[in-house]
Amino acid sequence: MNFWIIQGLNGLAFGSLLFILASGFSLIFGLMRIVNLSHGAYFMLGAYVGLSAMEAGVNFWIAILIGGGAICILGGVLERFILRRLTGQPLAQVLVTLGIAFIIADTCVWIWTGDPRPVPMPSELTGAFRISHLAFPIYRLFVIGVAFALAAALWFLLERSRLGAMIRAGVDDLPMARAMGIRTSLLFSVVFCLGSALAGAGGVLAGPILSVYPGLDTDMLPLALVVVILGGVGSLLGAFVGSLIIGFIYSYGQALFPDLAYVILFLPMVLVLTLRPTGLFGRQAI
Amino acid sequence: MRGPAFNAIPRLVVCAALLALPWLVTSDYYVNIASQIVIAAILALSLNLLIGFGGMISLGHAAYLGVAAYLTIYLTAHAGFGHLAGALIAIGATTVLAMLFGYLALRASGLGFLMITLALGQILWGVAYRWASLTGGDNGLGGLKRPHPFGLDLSNPAIFYYFVLFFLVIAIWCIARFIQSGLGQSLQGTRDQPRRMRALGYNVWLIQWLSFVFAGFWGAVAGLLYAYYHQFVSPQALHLTTSAETLLMVIAGGTGTLLGPVVGAALVVILKNVVSAYITRWLILLGVIFVAIVLFMPEGLVPGITRGLRTLKRRTRPDETADASSIAGDRIR
Repeated sequence: MNFWIIQGLNGLAFGSLLFILASGFSLIFGLMRIVNLSHGAYFMLGAYVGLSAMEAGVNFWIAILIGGGAICILGGVLERFILRRLTGQPLAQVLVTLGIAFIIADTCVWIWTGDPRPVPMPSELTGAFRISHLAFPIYRLFVIGVAFALAAALWFLLERSRLGAMIRAGVDDLPMARAMGIRTSLLFSVVFCLGSALAGAGGVLAGPILSVYPGLDTDMLPLALVVVILGGVGSLLGAFVGSLIIGFIYSYGQALFPDLAYVILFLPMVLVLTLRPTGLFGRQAI
Repeated sequence: MRGPAFNAIPRLVVCAALLALPWLVTSDYYVNIASQIVIAAILALSLNLLIGFGGMISLGHAAYLGVAAYLTIYLTAHAGFGHLAGALIAIGATTVLAMLFGYLALRASGLGFLMITLALGQILWGVAYRWASLTGGDNGLGGLKRPHPFGLDLSNPAIFYYFVLFFLVIAIWCIARFIQSGLGQSLQGTRDQPRRMRALGYNVWLIQWLSFVFAGFWGAVAGLLYAYYHQFVSPQALHLTTSAETLLMVIAGGTGTLLGPVVGAALVVILKNVVSAYITRWLILLGVIFVAIVLFMPEGLVPGITRGLRTLKRRTRPDETADASSIAGDRIR
């Protein structure tokens, strides 16, 4: 019984990290039709930047802001000066983001070497949370809390704010939204920066759990893709549920059949694509 | 076959040069690089079938290379199968995998197709990396000896080169026949006008799926040769970078031309070998090339350079009316 609870919490924590990554990816894809293949690289670069900030003496919380902020700026610049030049050419945009992902990944090896680097945990959150004989790291509970808070905040932003109404209008029918006078180019920049910032901050947040190493980007990116395929395009709820499903599958899979943890990831994809190609909560086919 | 037609004389020269290559270059090193190019060319040709003729951009084509290579080595060197049986099972099983992946990826089109192929390919990479008891994990799988079909000693670089060249010729012949066949023609129809093709009564899904499986088959053949060449396979063969390099070969040579991928394969393999001799940052260069191609030469390096030359020529001889747009027709965009 303990095993199931602990692994369930681990799955929830991993799913939380995935959600932070995949929600931005899904928003960008849903609104702009850009498959941002550098999203995994943003996550890794954010973690490295946060780590360097901490090594320079900054505390963990500021490091999250620095990691997220740096990637926000990077994403904004790339969106404004490269992706925007390719508007209306989705495949060209994908290839550019793929190229950028390679550049970032290799630059990270260059700067931070190929060795895995542990990221220190904030001292406030070390230790374990105990109920009777169950113990679970407080930091992971914190990450789960952050993801739920983020989900609530994003939900509020999308469903209850004026900006969110504009984003939803853009997701549903971009030309019409533009015709109604919504400044979609500004909207694109805001959403791309937001998604990038979430990826960067998520990388720093993931550091104490996953540590940071070359290849973290290509470990996380396909999982984010699977989450979006499962959950449906541009759907916040889909990204949330999809992340938790993948988090649980990954966590239980690694504990029960360590060799096969990756093989099991095929299963939800096969099921969803066969039975419901729009994804669980998507309205349009991907 | 589209694009500028080759006339007979350059074609013969190219063929003669390819055949005489082991005598022209004396060093085994260069013969081995030629073998690498030929193997990469087979893989790129099969991917071009999807991208250039089917309009399906796959970012997981390394899957077939890697799975066939793993199976070949596992079956022949570790499970006690003979060379022929191992090769046939490896190619057969990989083709079955292509059937499954094709079924899944073709539930979507365009960007969705790309995302699914990438995800499936990377999951396979994860399997190879993590299922260490079967695949050797990061250390990879080795121990394969090259076979001796019909008394040919394939451990000799020159003979091995002819061996893979033979497969390349067959691949080009089969793929050319495929493109000219009714199925290949309708595949190009589904690329340009999927809705119209559907309205005309074509089963678009089936046409795309069959082409996907055919491409997977040739990817598996490339994987078999890859296994014989390296006598070793590691998760790197399945990684996204391998798929991306193959994609670069297709784009560099010009999509939708029959022989473009062969040129692209030569460019990429030579570049990679030359660059790796001087610096270790191949991946950065790969990324920069991707960005540069998309921004400046969206129709591919070879057609892009051809177009540039033609524009120059036209500037010097204003009466020439050659239309550059005819070669710029196969844009990746």
